[in-house]
Order: sequence, then C-alpha cells, then structure tokens
Amino acid sequence: MQPAKTFAQIESRYFYLLVALGALAAGAGLFSAYYMEEHGHVVTGMNNQIVWGMPHVFAIFLIVAASGVLNVASVGSVFKKEVYKARAPLAGLLSIALLAGGLSVLMLDLGRPDRVIVAATKYNATSVFAWNVLLYSALFALVALYLWTLMEKRMNPWSKPVGLLVFAWRIILTTGTGLIFAFLVARQAYASAVLPPMFVVLSFAWGLAVFLIVQSVMFSWNELQLNPAIQKRMKNLLGLFVLSALYLVATYHLTNLYFAKQTAFEQFILFDGGVYPWLFWGGYVVAGGALPLLLIFTPGLGKSGHVLAASALTLLGAFALLYVFIVGGQAFPLSIFPGYEVLSSSFGDGQIASYAPSTPEILLGFGGLAIAFLITTIGVRALNFLPHDDPKTPHHD
Amino acid sequence: MSKVDINRRAFLGKTGVALGGLVIAPGLVLFDFAHAQQLPVRKPGEPASSAVRWGMLIDTTQCGSNCNECVSACSKENGWPEAKTPTDVQWIRKIEIKQVSTGRQVALPMMCQHCANPPCVDVCPTAASFKRADGIVLVDKHRCIGCRYCMMACPFKARSFVHEPVADHDSDMPRGQGTVESCTLCVHRLDRGVQPACVEACAKTGHRAMIFGDLNDPNSEIYLRIRSVTTTQLRADLGLNTGFSFVGL
Repeated sequence: MQPAKTFAQIESRYFYLLVALGALAAGAGLFSAYYMEEHGHVVTGMNNQIVWGMPHVFAIFLIVAASGVLNVASVGSVFKKEVYKARAPLAGLLSIALLAGGLSVLMLDLGRPDRVIVAATKYNATSVFAWNVLLYSALFALVALYLWTLMEKRMNPWSKPVGLLVFAWRIILTTGTGLIFAFLVARQAYASAVLPPMFVVLSFAWGLAVFLIVQSVMFSWNELQLNPAIQKRMKNLLGLFVLSALYLVATYHLTNLYFAKQTAFEQFILFDGGVYPWLFWGGYVVAGGALPLLLIFTPGLGKSGHVLAASALTLLGAFALLYVFIVGGQAFPLSIFPGYEVLSSSFGDGQIASYAPSTPEILLGFGGLAIAFLITTIGVRALNFLPHDDPKTPHHD
Repeated sequence: MSKVDINRRAFLGKTGVALGGLVIAPGLVLFDFAHAQQLPVRKPGEPASSAVRWGMLIDTTQCGSNCNECVSACSKENGWPEAKTPTDVQWIRKIEIKQVSTGRQVALPMMCQHCANPPCVDVCPTAASFKRADGIVLVDKHRCIGCRYCMMACPFKARSFVHEPVADHDSDMPRGQGTVESCTLCVHRLDRGVQPACVEACAKTGHRAMIFGDLNDPNSEIYLRIRSVTTTQLRADLGLNTGFSFVGL
C-alpha cells in the first residue's frame, strides 16, 4: 500500500497544474499574436472603422487594474493602516503582474510589434501614448523598489517615502490612461475631461476586486481564515469604490446628454445601439454595479463567498464597460459634416460600424490575463506574499 | 448686295469663328493645364520650404455625384487597390451628403485635410506622423509601429491601416502591412512640380472641382478663389486650420 500523499505533495502538484494551464493560455496568446502578424490584422475583427478592439479591452483593463491594486498598498504605507500594510507586498506583485500582462497585449497587437523599440527610442513629447511608455516603465521600477523596501528589513524605513511616490505615480499613470481617450478631440465618446478621474476611480474598484479574489484564493489554498473584521473593512471599501465609479460613469453620460450635439451618441450607446446598451445596463450597471453593492451591503450578506462573487462581478462589469466604451465609442459615426446626413460613402461615413471579435484577438487578450496569472502564481509560491495579519487585530470592529 | 452674298458672308463669318475656335480652344486648354502645373520643383536634398503651404479648394458645386475619377487616379498613382471590404485602405473616398434643413445634396471627395494643427501628429508616440514644412501631413512608414492612435485622433477618418501583406510596391510610394497611411498630396509628384493625381484627373473630366496650390501665394488661383468666395473648413470648431476648404457646404 502506497503512503498517503502529504499536503505539500498535493499542493505542489496543483501548483504545477496551474502553471501549466497558465502557460498554455499564455502560449495560445503568443501564437495568436504571431498569427496576426503573419497574416495581418485582417484575421481580427478590427477594421478601418473599429481600429481598437478586444485586445485593447483586455489591455486597458489590465493596466487600469494594475494601478488600482496598488491602492491597497497606499492605504497601508501612505495612510498608515496596519491591516493594509500587511497586504502591500501582494498588491505590489499583482500590480507588476497585471501591468506586464496588459502591456504584452498592447505591444503584441501593434501592426509592427517588431518595431516596439522605436517607441522607446523615437519619442514624441506631445503624445500621451509616449508619456505612457515612460509612466508604465517607471511604475515597474518604482513598484520593484517598493517591494524591496517592504520585504528587506534594512530597507523598511524607506517604504513610506517610496510608497508615497508609488501612490502619486499611479494616480498620474491612470490619469494618463484616461487622457488617451480624453485627448481625442473629434470623437463624441471620448473628448471629456471627466475621463481621467473616472479611470482613476474605476482603477480603485477593479484593482481591489482583483486583490480580493487573489487574497481569497491564497487564504483558502493555505487553509487560513481571513479575520472577519478585515474582511468587513475591505468589502466596505470595495462597495465604496464601486459606488464612486458608478457616480463618475453617470456623470460622464449625464453631461453628454445635456449637450445637444452629443445626444444622438448617448441615445445610441444607452438605448438603441444593440449590443452596447445591453452590455452597459446589463453588464456594467446591473451585474457589475448593483449586484456587487447588494452582495456587499445587504444585511446578512457580505460574507467571504459574497465578497468573492461581488469582486468577480465587478470585474465582469469592467469588461462590459470597457467594451462599450472602446468599441461602442468607435462604432458611432464621426460628425464630419454637422447639419448634413450622409447619403452614400464607401468608407462607412454616417453609418454604425460593425465589429465581431475573432478568435485570435480574444486569445491574445486571454494571453495577457494568463501572463498576469503566471507571474502571480509563481510569485506567491517563490516569495512570501501571503498577508500576515497581526493576531492581535480585533475580530470585530 | 444680293441675298445670296449676304448668306455667303454670314456663312463664312460663322465658319471663320468656328474654325478659329477650333484652333484656339485646345491651345487655351493646354495653356490652362500648363498654368495649373506651374509648381516649383524641389531639387534633391533641398528641404521643403515653410514659405509654402500646400492646400486644396474643393468646389462641391462642380463635383459630379457619379464621378469617381479622383479616387481611381489616386488608387492607380499610389498603388492601393480600390476598396471592397472594411479592412481595405482608402486614401480618398467620394461621399454624398444631404443638408438636413433643406434637402440640398452635395457630392465631395474626402481625404486627409492636411491640418496646420494635426491631431494625428500630436498623438503619434514615435513621431512617425509628421507635418512637412510646406504643410503636408505624412506618415514615415519606417517609423510607424501600427498603434492606430492617429486613426482614433483624426476627425475625418482620413487614415487607413494596412490589414494585409502588400504585394506590389510602387517605387514612389512604399507601403507596408501593419502601418498606417493616408493621402500624401502626391508628395512625390509635387516635388517634381506636378499636381496631385486626383486634381489632374478631376480637371480632365472637365469638372474642375479640385483646385490645388500654395495658400501663401497671393497670386495663386487657390488664394484668389478663397479670397473671392465663401469657403468652409470641415470641423472648423476644432481649430485645426485645415489645408482644405470647401465651396458649397
């Protein structure tokens, strides 16, 4: 009779299984990128009207969440909350993982990914994309430095100033992500100053949702129970962020509705634009907003399972909102001739553009998620990222 | 004088005028073409001059609604196949629009408006999109990384992304899969002192809906026309100061 397997052996086997699955998904993403480069973007659903599609939905989600997840660290280092300080290393790891995944997708979707080095060597100072190249690279370096100050005892005194720098940097970074769209002067969906703050608040919600899911998996993997008081604080924070994000998204649409020149666009995106209103109301507002709030704040709910579901729904809402924002925003025709309607055009002027994402671009997006997953899985196993709560932390408020 | 003589005189007179017209008219047409093509030639190595600003006036009242000659000429000149699918490139396209308040219909060609403040140049991360000193907005196809941010930024949908491998290259106009391209105002012709292909094709049809020239030259036809008739820039509210203006919009 064979001896019973130890927990360590079983755990190790699951770890390699997870890594293998992650590598498979990442590999599929890389192969898709190769396929897209070999045949051209004609194998994607993107075209000359919808120039950014599914890869951008994934990439922007990952980049925005990468910034937002650092909120957990900031609450600890900048605002001196011990409960969050214990979570700062994991937040840092997740930030690097998500950013690496997002940037991989963005880079591999380029028409000429082989020229990505040009983006670093030829710099256009007026381009917010170029600013973002700096912002993203520096965030990697800053978060790595921050992790060092957190995990190396001798460096601990530096964790506060570096944490403060990371805090400022990520707010600027997500402002930069919002500005990518806010600077598009001619597109009804985008040219709005509310977008940078909206992205910052969305990042808080999405980043915390990612954090809570990973934390929950790590605790159950290690057969640990999260202190209910900490659980309560974190779920309330998620609720606050989800609510704030809903407020800013509502502000963005309400201001647009007030401007006569924007009402046709709002009518399209909120009511009669087919898949986009469905995704907006059903995917973002109900599934990604109202349901998480109910799961978090309804008396009797708010337990760990509910918080996990609320976090997952928040992420589902994130994808729905980004799809509506990025793809729906481009689907609505540009107003090139105000006061005129288009009778005919070979280039889709005056018409709603259509977009059907293809398998390669979806696989590329999931490949980005897989890269983030792999870095996280390997990171938490190789180094000590598990949040260690002070046993003296009260279990009730 | 007999009635026959009078008729003969009238006949000879009319014939003379007709013959004279036949002789002079082609000369006038040739003169017109020669006059239109009197553009400065740029010597190899000589930088483009900022004293010049190339621009175009589109007279929509002269543009034929079923005419597609400018598009065909551009496609032939620059080696892009005429579009069939939403992923195909279009450097220039014909659009027909209707004024909502009056129902008046207008036909016009649409392409890069060669803005003085081009959003595509502002947003390009690698400065592959650039504005030449003489106002022509171009893409350096060796520098373009294919991010398509310029396409998001252009208010006129003037740019196209090359979605498929390119088989036949024109030596004057290299093209490449995965890069963005748009109207160059036929910069390769212009530097030889020749008008853009679309303008030439439009003139050949007799429509003369496209008038090309130096917006800074007070003696140029385009300058004089813009001074004498009401013209409109597309999306003037954006303050881009396009190199293109329209009559009849």
